Amino acid sequence: MKKKEVRARGYRKKIFKRRRPNRSRAGDFFIYLFLALVSAGMLFPLVFAVSSALKPLDELFKFPPRLFPQNPTLDNFFDLFVTMGKSWVPFGRYLLNTVTITVAGTAGHLIVASMGAYVLAKYDFPGGQTFFRLVTVALMFSGYVTAIPNYLIINRLGWVDTHWAIIVPAFAAPIGLFLMKQFMEGLPMSLIESAKIDGANEWKVFFRIVMPNVKPAWLTLIIFSVQNLWNNRAATFIYSEERKTLVYALQQLVNSGVARTGQAAAITVVVMMVPIIIFILSESQIIETMASSGLKE
Amino acid sequence: MKNYLHRYIVWRKYNFNIAVRKAKRRKICYIFLAPYALLFILFYILPVIISIFYSFSYYNILEPPRYIGLRNYISLILQDDVFLTGVKNTFLIAIITGPLGYIASFIFAWLLNELPRWLRSIAVVVFYAPSIAGNVYVIFSIFFRGDAYGYVNAFLMDLGIIDAPILWLVNPDYMLPICMLVILWMSLGTGFLSFVAGLQGIDKTLYEAGCVDGVKNRWQELWYITLPNMKPMLMFGAVMSITQAFGVCEVTMALCGFPSTDYAARTIVTHLFDYGYARFEMGYASAIATLLFLIMILCNKAIQSLLRRVGT
Repeated sequence: MKKKEVRARGYRKKIFKRRRPNRSRAGDFFIYLFLALVSAGMLFPLVFAVSSALKPLDELFKFPPRLFPQNPTLDNFFDLFVTMGKSWVPFGRYLLNTVTITVAGTAGHLIVASMGAYVLAKYDFPGGQTFFRLVTVALMFSGYVTAIPNYLIINRLGWVDTHWAIIVPAFAAPIGLFLMKQFMEGLPMSLIESAKIDGANEWKVFFRIVMPNVKPAWLTLIIFSVQNLWNNRAATFIYSEERKTLVYALQQLVNSGVARTGQAAAITVVVMMVPIIIFILSESQIIETMASSGLKE
Repeated sequence: MKNYLHRYIVWRKYNFNIAVRKAKRRKICYIFLAPYALLFILFYILPVIISIFYSFSYYNILEPPRYIGLRNYISLILQDDVFLTGVKNTFLIAIITGPLGYIASFIFAWLLNELPRWLRSIAVVVFYAPSIAGNVYVIFSIFFRGDAYGYVNAFLMDLGIIDAPILWLVNPDYMLPICMLVILWMSLGTGFLSFVAGLQGIDKTLYEAGCVDGVKNRWQELWYITLPNMKPMLMFGAVMSITQAFGVCEVTMALCGFPSTDYAARTIVTHLFDYGYARFEMGYASAIATLLFLIMILCNKAIQSLLRRVGT
């Protein structure tokens, strides 16, 4: 009896003395060093992209290159509107197209997928489990498999060369439903039942009780949907120049040669900043949602 | 025998009736699910079926499809050398970047978990940013430009490792490694986030209990406590990385061009695009898509049964 007590105290002491059990100081040091090196490597291309967008034209072609611009300017960004503003399709139009597609697709996806996820997570009805299993199978193949039949279907619907061809299929992205359903399973059933006893119908429960309680999952759906739509080239569906997207414009600029290097760098920064900023603003909620992302059998 | 069959039918009928009654009581569920289900079937299920259906036919959009049996598959596997190059490249890329990216995602998530909270949230952004940054990978084509002013060439020539510039993105010897490098740079994606979240969700008292029970270092802790608790996330991450690994096309198209020199950077998906959108041989392209679908699903199933054994 006495012996046991002593051992218990020894264990406790160890815990409080060091931050966590089973960690050596040397190991911690090397982890920090390693992470610092790798993250420098990961960041380098991104930093380079930002700095070349800020370089004036003469510095862009200086050799050997400098990582940071000596006289940073925002000229490249203004050029987007000035020189491309006079071209056949102004730059603002590409930006507007991409914003339209992203906002509409994301909003629709959020509503449609949450409605489906709610009943799949909270009610047991015939066919529900089977349907969810189909969705998890759909996670396993990428959109390229369905690219050609999708084109035929959209052609049949008469949506080729309209933004609908990008927006509507985005509503049904399987990852959104999957994450939303997994997150909603954590919602207590008593919350829904008490609202029903108070006389709310299913729609009211969904919009007033369920949706406000799954805000972290909203943000996760938004980031995945935005990331998908914002970077969508849409080259196979959209032919008219005035309906093309920002990423497509970027590609044309990159291909059009050296003279537009500065503007290409500026568009690259515009394209990459939006998803990253959204992610930074909603990081903690996204991590909270992803905690329930596991695939159980 | 007949008796058994009869009983089975009665039993199925009974179950079916229960299901119908349940469905009637839960009508609202179907109304909620309907919009998503319709779109999902239209844009995910139906295309797979159509693609399997057209893969047995010759279809060029202008004429109605003509049934030709297995001829598409036979010419794909026996005659189409470019497709075999594509398969070889895709598997090479998938086998190298898939597991490496997956393991890297886990290792970095695990290491980040040791950091204090504020530092961790910055580090997660740093590691995750390349995969959501969109087309920024085109910047690699500036680094690897083929003339003496390409940064990598200039750097290596300064060091004296090479004495003439290398055409990184045109020479077939270097294309795939460079594509792999870029893909690895972007591979800390959705799976990585899932791992970060999963690691934070593990009960801290488990580690203390493990310490009492004789876990000596962080590696034992990883195998006996962390990994078994992360299994669902590991599965999810595996699905994400397999899907991504076999769907590789954007990076190779952007860096090495389409078509690339000598088809050295051709993948299954670029072959699919070539036949689908450039030559409009939809039947042939559907056969490629169906093969890709089978490869992805089978690979996922295999990896999942492998992962079930982790930490036991």
